[in-house]
Amino acid sequence: MATMATKGPNLSLDIPVETEQALGQKQTWEGSLEELRGLVSDRALTGETMLLNLGPHHPSTHGVLRLLLELDGEEIITCLPDVGYLHTGIEKNIESKSYEKAVTLTDRIDYLAPMSNNAVFCMAIEKLGDIDVPERAQVIRVICLELTRLNSHLVWLGTHALDLGAMSVFLYCFREREMILDMFEMLSGQRMMGSYMRPGGLWRDLTPDFLPALEKFMDYFPRKVDDYEKLLTNNPIWRDRTEGIGVVEPDEAIALGLSGPTLRGSGVNFDIRKANPYLGYENYEFDVPLGEHGDVYDRFYIRILEMRQSVRIINQAIKRLPQASGSFRTENRKFTPPPRAELGRSMEAVIHHFKLWTEGFSLPDDEVYVAIESPRGEVGCYLHGTGGNKARRVHFKTPSFMHISALGKMSQGHMIADLVAIVGSIDCVLGDSDR
Amino acid sequence: MYIPDALDPIAAMTENLPDVLLDRHEFRGEITLIVAPANVVTAVRFLETTKGLVYNYLSDISAVDYFDLKLGYGDYGARPERFAVSYHLFSMLYGRRIRVKTYVNEDSPIVPTMTGVWAAANWLEREIFDMMGIRFEGHQNMRRVLMPEDWEGNPHRRDYPLGYETVMFSFNVDDINKHKPYAEE
Repeated sequence: MATMATKGPNLSLDIPVETEQALGQKQTWEGSLEELRGLVSDRALTGETMLLNLGPHHPSTHGVLRLLLELDGEEIITCLPDVGYLHTGIEKNIESKSYEKAVTLTDRIDYLAPMSNNAVFCMAIEKLGDIDVPERAQVIRVICLELTRLNSHLVWLGTHALDLGAMSVFLYCFREREMILDMFEMLSGQRMMGSYMRPGGLWRDLTPDFLPALEKFMDYFPRKVDDYEKLLTNNPIWRDRTEGIGVVEPDEAIALGLSGPTLRGSGVNFDIRKANPYLGYENYEFDVPLGEHGDVYDRFYIRILEMRQSVRIINQAIKRLPQASGSFRTENRKFTPPPRAELGRSMEAVIHHFKLWTEGFSLPDDEVYVAIESPRGEVGCYLHGTGGNKARRVHFKTPSFMHISALGKMSQGHMIADLVAIVGSIDCVLGDSDR
Repeated sequence: MYIPDALDPIAAMTENLPDVLLDRHEFRGEITLIVAPANVVTAVRFLETTKGLVYNYLSDISAVDYFDLKLGYGDYGARPERFAVSYHLFSMLYGRRIRVKTYVNEDSPIVPTMTGVWAAANWLEREIFDMMGIRFEGHQNMRRVLMPEDWEGNPHRRDYPLGYETVMFSFNVDDINKHKPYAEE
């Protein structure tokens, strides 16, 4: 044990033997304080401040997020986030699958917003292969993406409020989320991992029961948002817990690579739906809510306002749907399979069907980067083809990864109880971060 | 508010930094500027600070491995080196994207760090170090981020098998034997 103090070069501070022993070598953490030199303050090395492990299995970390905290009393001196516990190698797996088959894997990246990942991956394929997507497919995609946003924001609001002690909001949010998941089941046959979006359009057209259910929900949902607001927005306890906590300045937020509501909470007007429109978002009327203070409360309130904007977009999309031209997927048979009925009549259809289900389609040996506004922020897909039917490299830039990396800066100087509020306010999903 | 007119990034680069810009590439409306690894920070700083360009947001850093099992080591087709690192920048003022790309040598995969320009590069570079084995010089905390600390190998390299063994051929037998764990006699 005593040798720990002399290991390594240029030691200005000796780690007392008791501190090393207090860490419980070979019991809870097989490492030495030496590994943390430079990452935590020197006071941690002498044992003056306490090192505390929060997570990876802790209810308020929203998954398997591990935070190594250095504490002076209850005050956080340093916060070192550690991710990777949910790393599933999705990007590597996609490299071994043909493009169409890889779509199902993208659902599993951000399991609270699977449609967003479907969309960004399909849009990258469509850009690389220069595939046109009919207008009808685009409008349905917009409906799905905004429903996904509602779905994700509802889970976020429920769990965020639960973390800070408001139990009932959680139950209400999940009640409404259940209705959205039911609608996803109508579309794709699956509640969460639907893989409804496919390269070139969608898996199938809207089912007859979907639109009536959606219209009913659109009528019902805004009143429910009012209810959440009544419970939280002007609640003095809620405001006490969230105002002035985890403040990020706008320039700092840009430098840290934050995006989505977390960035807009700091007042930076950056929404990819407006800045770089895709899927015809330029034709919809909606506002981008911005915060003023960059604290937890602003990030909370922006997401509430975003839910109302999503309802606005969906209502416009429902009106747009009957006029939207084209089918639910492209007629380009090199990329989408022919309808079943055609196989009996057309030899060409049989060939296309056979080629698509055995080999898949090929994309050029070049690279594209596509980014969309997911509920959490900018989710980007870097896709590099090989010229064959498999990707050379696919990389997802995920908002949770960027937000968790900024957690250390955001939580410095706050109390542990505030850290729970901050972790909730960045809306991280560990599947999204670790991929 | 006065906003200067948007400049053509390629023209601005050729005019101001002719030695830095090695090549350019346009594909599906995306502009790629190719620079040498040593000049990455210079090029990115220029794109970030020049009036009329202001690529002020780092969207993503991605790395790609051009190794092909059929061609073997040393032959990367049209590409000069085995690895490439791409920086995807976004200009919030003009709403457009650009890619700065640099080819990285296989034997000494080192690129200067971008953390001095954007703090966001911190974990993105750590991820590339973890997955591709490309080091970023000057990075304060070059450790693995997703894989366990004691993991061997870099999973996103194209010669890293996906849960099965790479088939041995005469061209790669030496390389496989170097890493393959055989039972001790």
